[in-house]
Amino acid sequence: MKILGKEVLADSQGVRIVKITIQSLDIAAKAKAGQFVVLMVKEEGERIPLTVVNADPKKGSVDLIAQEAGFTTKLLIGVKAGDSLYSIVGPLGHPTEIKKYGKVILVGGGVGIAEIYPVAKALKDAGNQVISIIGSRNKELLILERELKEVSDECIVMTDDGSYGRKGFVTEALKELLEKSKYDLVYAVGPVPMMRAVSVVTKSFNVLTLVSLNATMVDGTGMCGCCRVSIGKEVKFSCVDGPEFDASQVDWQELLKRNSIYTEKEKHICRLSSVE
Amino acid sequence: MRKEPVKISERDSLSRVKGFEEVVGGFSEAEALQEASRCIQCKDPKCIAGCPVGIDIKVFIGQIIKKDFDGAYSTIRQKNNFPSICGRVCPAEYQCRKECVFTKKGEPFASKEAIGIHFLERFIGDYGAQKKLQVKSASDDKRSKIKVAVVGSGPAGLCCAGELARCGIKVVVFEGLHKTGGVLRYGIPPFRLPRNILDFEIDSLKNLGVEIRTNYIIGKVKAIDELFAEGFSAIFLGLGAGIPSFMGIPGENLCNIYSANEFLTRVNLMSAHKFPEFHTPVNIGKHIVVIGGGNTAMDAARVAIRLQHMNGIEPDTTISYRRTEVEMPARRLEIEHAKEEGVKFDILVKPEEFIGDENGFVRKMRSSRCELGEPDSSGRRRPVAIANSAFESDCDMAVVAVGLGANKILTGVTPDLSTDKYGDVKVNPETMETSIKGVFAGGDIVGGEGTVIEAMGMAKKAAVAILDYLEKK
Repeated sequence: MKILGKEVLADSQGVRIVKITIQSLDIAAKAKAGQFVVLMVKEEGERIPLTVVNADPKKGSVDLIAQEAGFTTKLLIGVKAGDSLYSIVGPLGHPTEIKKYGKVILVGGGVGIAEIYPVAKALKDAGNQVISIIGSRNKELLILERELKEVSDECIVMTDDGSYGRKGFVTEALKELLEKSKYDLVYAVGPVPMMRAVSVVTKSFNVLTLVSLNATMVDGTGMCGCCRVSIGKEVKFSCVDGPEFDASQVDWQELLKRNSIYTEKEKHICRLSSVE
Repeated sequence: MRKEPVKISERDSLSRVKGFEEVVGGFSEAEALQEASRCIQCKDPKCIAGCPVGIDIKVFIGQIIKKDFDGAYSTIRQKNNFPSICGRVCPAEYQCRKECVFTKKGEPFASKEAIGIHFLERFIGDYGAQKKLQVKSASDDKRSKIKVAVVGSGPAGLCCAGELARCGIKVVVFEGLHKTGGVLRYGIPPFRLPRNILDFEIDSLKNLGVEIRTNYIIGKVKAIDELFAEGFSAIFLGLGAGIPSFMGIPGENLCNIYSANEFLTRVNLMSAHKFPEFHTPVNIGKHIVVIGGGNTAMDAARVAIRLQHMNGIEPDTTISYRRTEVEMPARRLEIEHAKEEGVKFDILVKPEEFIGDENGFVRKMRSSRCELGEPDSSGRRRPVAIANSAFESDCDMAVVAVGLGANKILTGVTPDLSTDKYGDVKVNPETMETSIKGVFAGGDIVGGEGTVIEAMGMAKKAAVAILDYLEKK
């Protein structure tokens, strides 16, 4: 699959976020907000899931955004326009249920901002009043601010260090909004601790809260069960039953632990190959 | 005096556990001739009826006796496109060999004296591969304009594709993964089915004109009606049994508890045993427990004990099964091989709970002892937990191999496609046609988990019906 373009969106404090545009007529034609692809950078590579941030059916192109986290995302950051990925399959997972909810809040943390963008856009197009809260560690690591502003009635920016927007966590802004007015949906994507904090905040306001989970996957088609998560009393597979779930039902502790299964192996392969 | 069965050569258990090389060697020509000569060429052979695809076993063994190996290859290929695969993975002791006249009456599976039909099939398959023997596809101008879509490149899909392509039909196979073969690649380890054999058999399909598109999920990228709209005249669904079942006991989501599918996929498909050269990781426990008694459980245990050997870990892999060895659905050969390789068998054991550490990694398994009660719907005696028999054992990694359910990616978006209560696709058993006209199905997505050759049997039946359907269309 040919890589049409690559753009470094952020590079600060050892964290890099890139946007990669891939040619795939089939995926571009079918991908809907909330869905993801599974890709392999090389033949000897891992299969990793990434959210489809933007799909252009006319150009047959798909935008993916990845933050350097483990070995494979490091490899992905090293690709150039004109290179080819070994494989990409999708769109996978259920699309977000897009309808007129009324007033919705989208919360994106870090690279999770990329994942709320297509949902914000689709919800706005469906006639919702959209408020986005986006947060990052600092100004340099904030991505897609302009894009989010375009599709939001209001966009609140939070940074941990106060270098841009308001100082503080996204949950602070969320709590203030919920205290002031009634909302019909909160949709959040970000690191697990952020999503968990969002679910804690929204619980007391009794507002439907959806999160898109970032469980580790292999095939992404329901075949392996690596991405299983406890939702209420049930075990679900993020890839085929999700990736979105009711935040109030997610076993966050279990998800955090399961996502750490290969931490040691990741460190090992990154040390060995010192990919830049 | 009756001749003794020819013993097949096997890599010794001490060396084979250090890698993934094939365990069972093939017959030499002399051995094949000797084994074939044991066949008494029954007037009324029962073995053929025991073969799900109806290979004319008597004839091909007769051809081996006459040293007509090309003829034997052609006889087998008339009914089976993949002799080198089936000769390695068929549970012959429940099928053709069980019906062999040398099997003693009332045995649960073939007697040792039964002819080694599968080994002979493998010999001929490998002979054909070596000599690059090809079966011709019928060039038929009328049929070459007809396109049929096959969904899934596992045993059922490949078999159906081969049958149709041989009749001159243009076949396109859609595969969801990045590599072809389905369970033959992600499930069955290379020490049972070497990858060059698998690649050869798939390449021979391509030589018949079959086109294979990987990374292509029907139900996501294309719907059934879109395939028809694109000019496919019929569709065969060989979707496989997709979703791994778990036991539903406490602690089952602890870290280092894998489904057999995940564990085997990581190793067989993604080469996790070659980490970090290959980038997909797999953890290897010091005390590995594999739960189940089928071929998948044997495969998982044998992969696990190899990983322990290859990583300098004192081998400790145990199969935990609720019934006894007789009831295990696995091939007898796999059970024997697992034992030879040092896999321990803990029978009449029912897992009750996994216990983890503060980081969420499994550390122990609590189980009950069982006894066998009355037979259940499967005809096997039901395991009944004995009260107050619970015990704990060390377990820092577990592989759950207790079966698979239907994947709903395609059926979930195709409401016209009727499914049963298990989510399996309903078909007319005579034609394998589904509730949608022109859509046929076979393999594990019909009637649940079965063997490679059973999947192929269904696919062949479907191929015949598809040809008939296209003819009448």
